[in-house]
Amino acid sequence: MTLETRMGFFTDTTLCIGCKACEVACKEWNQLPADGYELSGQSYDNTGALSGTTWRHVAFVEQFDGEAHDLIAPISFEDGGRWLMSSDVCKHCTHAACLDVCPTGALFRTEFGTVVVQDDICNGCGYCVPACPFGVIDRRPDTGRAAKCTLCYDRLKDGQKPACAKACPTESIQFGNLSELRERAQKRLEKVGTIDARAQLYGADTNDGVGGFGAFFLLTDDPEVYGLPPSPRVTTRDLPGMWKSAALAGAALAAAIVLCTVGAPNGE
Amino acid sequence: MENNSRSYYGRPILKPHIWKDYIAAYFFIGGLAGASATLAIAARARKNDALARSCTLTAAGGAALSAALLIADLGNPERFLNMMRVVKVTSPMNVGTWILSAFGITSGLAAAAQVIGAKRSARIPATLAGTLGIPLATYTAVLIADTAVPAWHEARRELPFVFVAGAAMSAAAWNSLFVSHRHGTMARRLLLAAGTCELVAHRRMVHRLGTLLGEPYQVGRAGTCAKVARALTTVAVISTGALGERFRSTAKIGALAALAGALCERFSVFYAGTQSALDPRYVVEHQRR
Ligand code: SF4
Repeated sequence: MTLETRMGFFTDTTLCIGCKACEVACKEWNQLPADGYELSGQSYDNTGALSGTTWRHVAFVEQFDGEAHDLIAPISFEDGGRWLMSSDVCKHCTHAACLDVCPTGALFRTEFGTVVVQDDICNGCGYCVPACPFGVIDRRPDTGRAAKCTLCYDRLKDGQKPACAKACPTESIQFGNLSELRERAQKRLEKVGTIDARAQLYGADTNDGVGGFGAFFLLTDDPEVYGLPPSPRVTTRDLPGMWKSAALAGAALAAAIVLCTVGAPNGE
Repeated sequence: MENNSRSYYGRPILKPHIWKDYIAAYFFIGGLAGASATLAIAARARKNDALARSCTLTAAGGAALSAALLIADLGNPERFLNMMRVVKVTSPMNVGTWILSAFGITSGLAAAAQVIGAKRSARIPATLAGTLGIPLATYTAVLIADTAVPAWHEARRELPFVFVAGAAMSAAAWNSLFVSHRHGTMARRLLLAAGTCELVAHRRMVHRLGTLLGEPYQVGRAGTCAKVARALTTVAVISTGALGERFRSTAKIGALAALAGALCERFSVFYAGTQSALDPRYVVEHQRR
């Protein structure tokens, strides 16, 4: 699939104000249950992480370390402190590990180039969970099946944009075809980069470890600061090498068994 | 180790696997069953009927127990069968399901023929089961290595050797318990070789992982299991190898130690994966190198 025909998100975190409208809109549209009322003590982030029942997650990073930070962040202070907010989501990887390892074929690639779980096929084996290099997909406690962002597959089929993008009041979440979004992101990076040297696109490179993200980001600090892996990789790429190792180990087993039995008294 | 990587409130980047301990137990039982079936071929070829019989029955019993463990983790048998609606080579779990199913059928037929005394008709299914036993003992290593879990994925070269050695050691140990001392010589030799290989393979794996990713194998529950596994395996190798041919009782003790050692080794690997997924440092520092 080409970037022109693939649909996705560009999340421009420099525009995020942390209102969590995306989280709420996602929960409502997809009828996801609430996750409880606990306070995390980690800034305004009481959601914590993406999960089987949370498909958008707004991260809040407080940087008040006395260092002078550049003032591109939507909420920044005279003393240089700043607040980074970012709405995380499934990356809809070009080479998706979750999809590769799924043993039932429940995960599939849609006509929009997105990665979706078919609820009625998933058997809850949980293999996709540790396979995802972003810790996105999870088993839902209420259904026992894997679940994650579908990029609102149902809405897309009706020509609508995903609920989160629709709800976002600042256009921090932008929906569209990937080639257009990439272009827009590049322009935005050029602008923001002149103010904040740490501004970077995350997931826009089609040569990265997952072949580029279907949902990519503009960040103003390193990915790990937002709880994202700096250099994710689809591990199925190494599958041929792994089977080769396994074959060698298997050959060693056969050889060891032959060697140990040849010449041993046969007990007769 | 010093913490100099940045993170989001120290929260995990990855989701740890959500498998129950049944799965670690399956890694052990599946390996034991698989290697038993392979050993059965060799024993039969050497006309060691007692050992062949024990191995054949063990393979079938182990296959049944393996399926039961997987179903226990999944919740119901239908979910197991659901994996066989497709053949999917990019999914080691799917491939493994096919291997285990084929192994279950062939080892079952071989065992049935063995029980009713139809030695001749046991030959073909037993040979097939013994051949399938090899991938059965190895694929689980590929299964866990094909995840984003750093301590597993980066150990992808060594894990199959660790798993195969453990499988051979436990199969040898288990079957040596059910045959006379004289019939057990082959099994004891295999135990000695496999036990030594496992000790070496585990060491190499942790060494090559280095200070960062070797750590999850050495701390916490994984570390405890690894230490116990190493001690038991060493006892098994010494008591079986050095003294087992002379003294029957030490041979039995060695066999029991080998079984427990192989089981602990699987749990060590299982827990190391969880530990490495939960600490963002392993992900960030490894990817930043
Ligand atoms: S981010 Fe994770 S869950 Fe989403 S497509 Fe990639 S591997 Fe799958």
